Amino acid sequence: MSGEDRPDGHTDGGTEQTPEAGGPTDGTDGSRFAPADRVASVAPSGIREFFEVAETRDDVISLGVGEPDFTAPWPARSAAVNSLERGRTSYTANRGTEELRRAIAERVTRYDQTYDPAEEILVTTGASEAVDLAFRAFVNPGDTVALPTPTYVSYEPGVRFAGGEPLPVHTRHEDDWALTTEALYDAGVDEADVLVLCYPNNPTGATMDASEMDAVADFCREHDLLVVADEIYAALTYDGDHESVATRPGMRERTVVINGFSKAYAMTGLRLGYAMGPPDAVDAMTKIHQYTMLSAPTTAQHAALAALDRCDDDVDRMRREYDRRRRYVVSRLRELGLPVAEPGGAFYAFPRVADVAPDGDARAFATDLLEAEGVAAVPGTAFGTGGEGHIRISYATGLDDLKEAMARLERFLS
Amino acid sequence: MDEATRTLIDALVADARESTADLARQTGLEEAAVETALAELEESGALRGYTAIVDWDELDEEHISAIVEVNVELDRETDYDDVARRIAESEAVDSLRLMSGDYDFAVHVSGSSMGDVSRFVSEEVAPLPAVTKTVTHYVMETYKERGIAFTDGDDDDRLSVTP
Repeated sequence: MSGEDRPDGHTDGGTEQTPEAGGPTDGTDGSRFAPADRVASVAPSGIREFFEVAETRDDVISLGVGEPDFTAPWPARSAAVNSLERGRTSYTANRGTEELRRAIAERVTRYDQTYDPAEEILVTTGASEAVDLAFRAFVNPGDTVALPTPTYVSYEPGVRFAGGEPLPVHTRHEDDWALTTEALYDAGVDEADVLVLCYPNNPTGATMDASEMDAVADFCREHDLLVVADEIYAALTYDGDHESVATRPGMRERTVVINGFSKAYAMTGLRLGYAMGPPDAVDAMTKIHQYTMLSAPTTAQHAALAALDRCDDDVDRMRREYDRRRRYVVSRLRELGLPVAEPGGAFYAFPRVADVAPDGDARAFATDLLEAEGVAAVPGTAFGTGGEGHIRISYATGLDDLKEAMARLERFLS
Repeated sequence: MDEATRTLIDALVADARESTADLARQTGLEEAAVETALAELEESGALRGYTAIVDWDELDEEHISAIVEVNVELDRETDYDDVARRIAESEAVDSLRLMSGDYDFAVHVSGSSMGDVSRFVSEEVAPLPAVTKTVTHYVMETYKERGIAFTDGDDDDRLSVTP
C-alpha cells in the first residue's frame, strides 16, 4: 500500500518507527512512509540496537564484530585499483564475468562441488543478496521456511520480506549446537517447504560432521525440502574439511549453495558473493538479480578473481591466526566458568552466560558487561530465540585485545 | 612439524613474551607439553633466541643503524664461512647474511653514533684481506621490523558491532 492511500498523510515521514521503539506498526499513524505490513512486522536487528549502545563509548573492546580484522590481501586490492585505472567501470553480464564464474567453479571443487559456470553460478552483491534472492525466488506467500536457531540475523527478516513464515528449529548447547533430525521433527520441519542451513554457523561456530549431514540430507529428501545452504564461512573450518549438504546423494538438485569473499578474503566492504545451484534455480534468482542489481560491482569482481588466483596463502595465514585465537578464547571462557561448545568454524564463540546473568538474561548480561567493563559482546537473542542465555564473542580481533577483554570479563564475573 | 608446534611458533613470532599458560591455551597443549616443546625447539636450534623489537625513536637514546654491503674475493684458503665468522665477531653486527646478487654479504650494524658505524666498517671490515668493497647505507627511518609495524597500530576502523 502506498502512502498516498493512507488517510491524514503528512510530510514529516523521516522519523523511523519501529515496534521496539514503541511506534505504531499498523500503518495507521498517518505517515506517508508507513511501511508495508511485511516490513512493519520485522523488528530492528538486535545487533544494530546493541551497536548503537556500544558506539556511545570510546573505550570499548569490541567482541561484537562479525568481520575479519585483516585487510583484504594486496593482490585483491591491487586488482581492484588496476581495474579502475583501466577504466573498467561498466556493467558486467548479469551473472558476473565469465572469467570469475569459471574461477569460482574451479575453486569449489575443493568442497566436492561441481557447477557449470555458464548456467549454474550467479555472482551477487555479497552473500547477503544471494540469500535474499533465494528467499524471493523460491518462497511463496505463506510458505514455511525452517531456520535452525540460533542463526544469522538476516534469515528471519529475509523470509518475512519474501512473504514466508519462519519456523524456528532449536539447536542446543548440550548437543554442541548440532542440528538433529529429532529437532527437525519436533519443530515440524517435515511439513515445511524450505530449510536454511548455515554451516560453519554464525553465531555458534558449529560445523556439521559427516553423519549429522547425512541424517539432515536424508530428512530433506524424505520430506521434499528445498535447501538454502549458506556456506560463507566454509574456508574458515578448523578441524577437518568443510562439507556441503549439496554433495549428498539427491541433494544437489534441491539445494542452493551460497558463498562469498567477505569472510575468507577479508573483503566485507567489497560486497561480493555467489549462489550455485541447478540451472532452473539460478535462472530464477538471476531474473530477480537482473531487475534489481543488474550485476555485482565490477571492481569487486576483478578483486575477487585475483583473490581466487593469488591469495590462498593469505587465507591460510588468516585461518591459522583465527585458529590460535579460537583455542585461546575457548580455553579462557571455560576457565572463567562459562560453558562453551568448541567452535569448528567461523570466528565466533557462543558461551552460556545464563547461570551468571541477571535473571538468566543474556541481554542484561551483555549490557552490564559493556557498561561496567567496556567489553561489547552481542546478546544471543539477536540470533533468534535459540540464542537465549548466551552471548556471541567474535575472535576476529587481535590477541592483545582478546587477552584484555578476557581479563575484564574475569573482573566482571568476580 | 605438527600443527601444535606450528601454532606455538606462530605465537612466539607474534609475541615472544607469551606466558606458558597462554601458549598452552593457544595451542591446545598442556603447559608441561609446551615447556617440553620449547625445550626441544631450543635444543634443536630451531629457536635461536627471544629478543625485543625496539622503536629507538621513542626512547631518549641515540641509535644509529646501517646496512653494509660487503663484496669479497675468495682464494683457496678462504671461503665465505671464514669471512662471515670474522665479521660476525663484532658486537656491532645485528645480522649477517650471505646474499645473491651484486654483493656478497649484507651486514646490519648498529651503534650509538655514526662514528661507531664508520669505525666498524673502516677498522673491522674493510681491512680484511678478502674484502674488496663496502657500501654503507644508513637507516633513516624504520617502518616495520620483523613483522611489527612501527605505527600506533590503533587504526581499527570497523564498526564496533556488526552481523
